[in-house]
This record gives sequence, structure tokens and C-alpha cells, in this order.
Amino acid sequence: MKPRHKKLAAITAGVAALGVAAILVLNAFQSNLVFFFSPTQVMANEAPIGKSFRIGGLVEMNSIQREGDSTTVRFAVTDTAQVIPVVYTGILPDLFKEGKGVVAQGKLSANGVFEADEVLAKHDENYMPPEAAEALEQAAKAQKAALTQ
Amino acid sequence: MAINWFKYSSPASFYSLAGKMIPIFVILAVVLLIAGLYVGFFVAPTDFQQGEAYRIIFIHVPAAWMSMFLYVVMACWAGIGLAFNTRLSSMVATAIAPTGAMFTFLALWTGALWGKPMWGTWWVWDARLTSELILLFLYIGFMSLQAAIDDPRRADKAGAIIALVGVINIPIIYFSVQWWNTLHQGASVSLNQAPAMATTMLTGMLIMVFASWMYSIAVILKRTRVIILERESHTAWVAELRKKEAI
Repeated sequence: MKPRHKKLAAITAGVAALGVAAILVLNAFQSNLVFFFSPTQVMANEAPIGKSFRIGGLVEMNSIQREGDSTTVRFAVTDTAQVIPVVYTGILPDLFKEGKGVVAQGKLSANGVFEADEVLAKHDENYMPPEAAEALEQAAKAQKAALTQ
Repeated sequence: MAINWFKYSSPASFYSLAGKMIPIFVILAVVLLIAGLYVGFFVAPTDFQQGEAYRIIFIHVPAAWMSMFLYVVMACWAGIGLAFNTRLSSMVATAIAPTGAMFTFLALWTGALWGKPMWGTWWVWDARLTSELILLFLYIGFMSLQAAIDDPRRADKAGAIIALVGVINIPIIYFSVQWWNTLHQGASVSLNQAPAMATTMLTGMLIMVFASWMYSIAVILKRTRVIILERESHTAWVAELRKKEAI
């Protein structure tokens, strides 16, 4: 091997070694890198107890209830397996909707209700014009109707 | 016909080649930019959830892609310069850094502007946003380290090490949305899946990506030329060039 090829091999090996080290470190910190916990994880007691943390999932269909004239709102977060009720007082982001992604920060109270002090909308990766979204919805409804018949 | 590529690894011949190439890339960049912005703002339809605010993707996505791609290119040239002691490779790496840093900043900034109305916050410390911020720091670190060392050859070597170590951050940025729960959404466009996006939206975005490429190439070639002149100012060919320009 020529010296410059040796140097190249040494650099490649160095970068590869750093890569392996990075993978190990990231694996070790796996739980700290998680931005939110899913309802299933919370039910399995994987979320920190007594401390503030975030839960994420979909806003369950027909679960949004507004309390009178106040800005207090109750809804449920689901990952389709488990459901956690959430109560929040404040202004909700534009994309907050039933059936859409949400991330809420707060504490789990003793009665199992998640008391959020911040609610963020989690957007999905789908972009389409309103007509296309409507067409998709119609198709889904038609399929459902066909299945129930 | 075989092209002798090594001819262009000499700063003198690269200087004149780059000079001829710059106008082509400038024209392409301007044409594509106008076309991309036109498609993005006038042709592409409104989004069903986000309304008009989604149009940020015509800037945000190309900027974010370029920020990662340019870093990889920069690290490759820096690594080649380190391994083979080729001066020009290191100069190209140095020339890429400011453009990469600009795109990284643009991606973070447009993301924050979009995040406030859509997510409800300017900034969160999720894996995607944090790793992209680290990328900005890597670019800034690379540039400041090189600026701090007077001897250009030593600066090249020190910079190359930062650039190569930082490469690890690129797959972390790219896969962060798959590996961990993040607030940032997953990729709408990827190699192994059909894009989750209407065709005109995708077209506009891709034209903007090509425009960013052309812009980057033009600016990086220009900057490389300046670096060549600066570092080769003691050589005969630069002296000759100076004489010619003076007339």
C-alpha cells in the first residue's frame, strides 16, 4: 500500500469506529431521546411518574369536549391500543383536530387524567389539495359502507 | 476520449475551468428559481390541513436537504484533501462551508416560522430539530477553526477532522424521525416509497431543489476561485493573470 492509501484506510477506519461509538451512545440514551411517550407506554408505566413528561398520539374521534365558556378542553389521546384522557386550559394550535396527531406536555394525575400545560399539534407527512382529501374520505366511507353491508 | 481529470486538480487549470462554468450555473439557478417559485406560489394547490402555510416547504425542504447534502460533500472533499494531500480538494471543502451553514440556518428559521402557527411552538428539543441545530454548530465550528489557524495547510487538516467526525450527525438527522418519537413529521418524499404529496406540490418542490443545487454550485465555484487566488497569490500564474487584468 502506498502511504496515501494507508492514510485513506486510517481515515475510513476512524470514521467507521466513530460511527459505531455513536450508535452505542445513541442506544444507551434511547429513552432520553424520545420526545413523547405513547399511551401504551404510559399504561405500561414506562413514563416517568410524578414528573412532567409528554404523551403523543391521535386525538380520539368524538372525544373533544369544551367546558362552558372557558378555554378548558377535554379530549382523549389514543395510539389505537390504549386511551388516555387529557384536560387542558389554553389556546390550541391550528392543526389540533380529532383523528390528527397531538403531543401534550404535563403530568398524570392520580385519577389517570393527564393534566396538560402545553398542547402541540403533530403534523403528518401528507400534503394534498382539499378536493383530494375529500375524495379520499368519500372512498373510505364507501368502503366502510360496503363492509358493513 | 479519456479526460485527464488530474489536470483539473491543479488550482491554475481549475481556476479557468470554474470561471467558464459559473455563468452556466448562475443562469440555470435563476431560471429554475423563477420557475420553482411560480409553481410553488401560483400553480400548486392549497393544502387540505395547513391551508397556505404549507408553502414553506418550497424553501424549507430544499434548504434542509442541501444542508445535509453539502455537509457530506464538504466532508468528502476535506477527507480526500487529508488523505491525498491535494490542495484543491481542501479549498473546495472550505468553499462549501458558508453555503451549507446558510442553508442550515434557512431550514431552522423557516421551520420555526412554520412551527409557531402549525405546531403551536417556535422550537422544541426533539431529535430532528436538535440534530439539525448541531449541524449548524458543526458548520460554524469548521469555519471558525479554519479561520483561527494562520497556516492554510494546517487549517485544512484541522478542519477535515471536524468535518469527518461530524458526518455521523447526517444519518442521525435523516433517520431521527424514524428512530425516535419526534414532533417533526416523517419524510414525505423518500427513495423507497411513493411521495405522500400531490404532484404539482412535488413538482414545485423538486424544481426548487434543483435551483438550490445550481445556486450552490455557482456560489461554491466562485468562492473556490477566490480562495485559489488568495492562496496562490505568490505564484507565477497569478502574477501573469494580474498583469492581464490590469490592461
